[in-house]
Amino acid sequence: MSLSTTEVNKIAWLGRIAIDDDKIEAYAHDLSGILDFVEQMSALDTSSVVPMAHPMDQAQRLRADQVTEDNQRELFQANAPSVDAGLFLVPKVIE
Amino acid sequence: MHNKTIAELSRGLQQRHFSSLELTELFLNRIDEHNEKLNAFITVTDELAWEQAKQADVRLSSGQSNALTGIPIAQKDIFCTQGVRTSCGSKMLDNFTAPYNATVVERFNQAGAVMLGKLNMDEFAMGSSNETSYYGPVKNPWDIGTVPGGSSGGSAAAVASRIAPGATGTDTGGSIRQPAAFCGITGLKPTYGLVSRWGMIAFASSLDQGGPMARTAEDCALMLQTMAGFDEKDSTSVNRPVEDFSATLNERLAGLKIGLPKEFFGEGLDPEIATLIHEAVADYVKLGATVKEISLPNMNLSAPAYYVVAPAECSSNLARFDGVRYGYRCQNPKDLHDLYTRSRGEGFGAEVKRRILIGTYVLSAGYYDAYYLKAQKIRRLISDDFKRAFQEVDVIMGPTSPSVAFRFGEKSADPIAMYLSDIYTIALNLAGLPGMSIPVGFSKNLPVGMQIIGNYFSESRLLNVAHQYQQVTDWHHKTPVGFCDSH
Repeated sequence: MSLSTTEVNKIAWLGRIAIDDDKIEAYAHDLSGILDFVEQMSALDTSSVVPMAHPMDQAQRLRADQVTEDNQRELFQANAPSVDAGLFLVPKVIE
Repeated sequence: MHNKTIAELSRGLQQRHFSSLELTELFLNRIDEHNEKLNAFITVTDELAWEQAKQADVRLSSGQSNALTGIPIAQKDIFCTQGVRTSCGSKMLDNFTAPYNATVVERFNQAGAVMLGKLNMDEFAMGSSNETSYYGPVKNPWDIGTVPGGSSGGSAAAVASRIAPGATGTDTGGSIRQPAAFCGITGLKPTYGLVSRWGMIAFASSLDQGGPMARTAEDCALMLQTMAGFDEKDSTSVNRPVEDFSATLNERLAGLKIGLPKEFFGEGLDPEIATLIHEAVADYVKLGATVKEISLPNMNLSAPAYYVVAPAECSSNLARFDGVRYGYRCQNPKDLHDLYTRSRGEGFGAEVKRRILIGTYVLSAGYYDAYYLKAQKIRRLISDDFKRAFQEVDVIMGPTSPSVAFRFGEKSADPIAMYLSDIYTIALNLAGLPGMSIPVGFSKNLPVGMQIIGNYFSESRLLNVAHQYQQVTDWHHKTPVGFCDSH
């Protein structure tokens, strides 16, 4: 499995990660190596195996739809890079 | 006094031979003296420690105490600590002050333990050498030219150098057991679901599990007692009563059935480590155990399956770091897309980015069945291998890692070589099983760890098995040169 630099750029876009142009080649090499490594899985026929999602095959627990948390917006927004009037600020999206 | 175990310190506190303030001062002084060369702590919370020690002394004098009241411990910097920077070893969270406590931290607080600070780790727990930390690598106290293991390298180094009596760790593919082995301490990765993951920054949610790291199995039992138990805030927490992990430590091992998987002793294992493991197993035979060879035929696929499951879940979990709500934000973003991509590109280190990219790829349209689903099927086969083995034996033993601690830079340029240092530990996380690493000797003057694997929720049995060995050996009492002196 060998990833092209075009494919790496596409994955990086999907994962929202900026990669410098001069490092794309190195990522393509490393990622291809990892994909080669995991390729060993395909040697085994698993057509009749049930996939395991949880080690104890436990179903996701649900809770009643009730409000259990207080509003702590100011506390949580204290970590935000940029806020105003309780809103998170980002660069303008709509002109 | 710094050489005493948590159990011994606890007795000293209960009997008022010394106070928690005195104990806390001793360890803060040792951190002051030794941390610069080890880089084990990212943040030392001395003021908080003084405050907690004062409160602990009040509890101790009023009889409202338990085994951990007044005991100084340190938290891996992956656990959220209210009002204290929680960095996860990443530039992304260098400026993040957790607004709440992880359940694990809350439980230590309720027990009256004293937090010394936050421990260094591989970035977002992704690494096996601590070299991926934004704060620089932790040094192994046995030889500062070698790695302490990872990702809980700060925890292992702090306990080994006696600058903390005990520490928390987390284990996604070996991150408690491998550093415990490299630093000559005892570490326990519990059954998936035993210790709450709430407030523990997520890497791979179906694999992550917190656990104790300390000098002895007895100390790990005391810490696990505080850490374990159902938490409704963690949707994968298992709701079952918590047993008394110390109650059966002293049970004899006569009749214990040990399985040695032949796949753990094949190519790639350092022969000196193989010899030490066989010597430790021989000690168990003297204690009344019987040994048989077993097979875990799908072991060789655990690392390939892991490097699909872990990156896939990592790419999903780390999507939350967007430069908008918390964490690092790039300078002068020109638009929203630029803000996302540069904040993540600049905020994450190389290994984290590699794993996010691999995870993104294997989960992208058209590849899900070939990678993630295939890996989940192999997980089932690995889990079935263990199920079969535990019909024949009580515990499984083998090496924790194929080598002793390696040198800085030795594997950092080759991701696959690094991944293979967790070759014996990964399978347990895929199956959700508990495992320990205990020190069983030295090779090339560096500690060697033996892994003990048990069936689901057999932590009491594992701790008993480890404790009995530690009653007849003294590997767990060895202290690295330069850290023995009393302060």
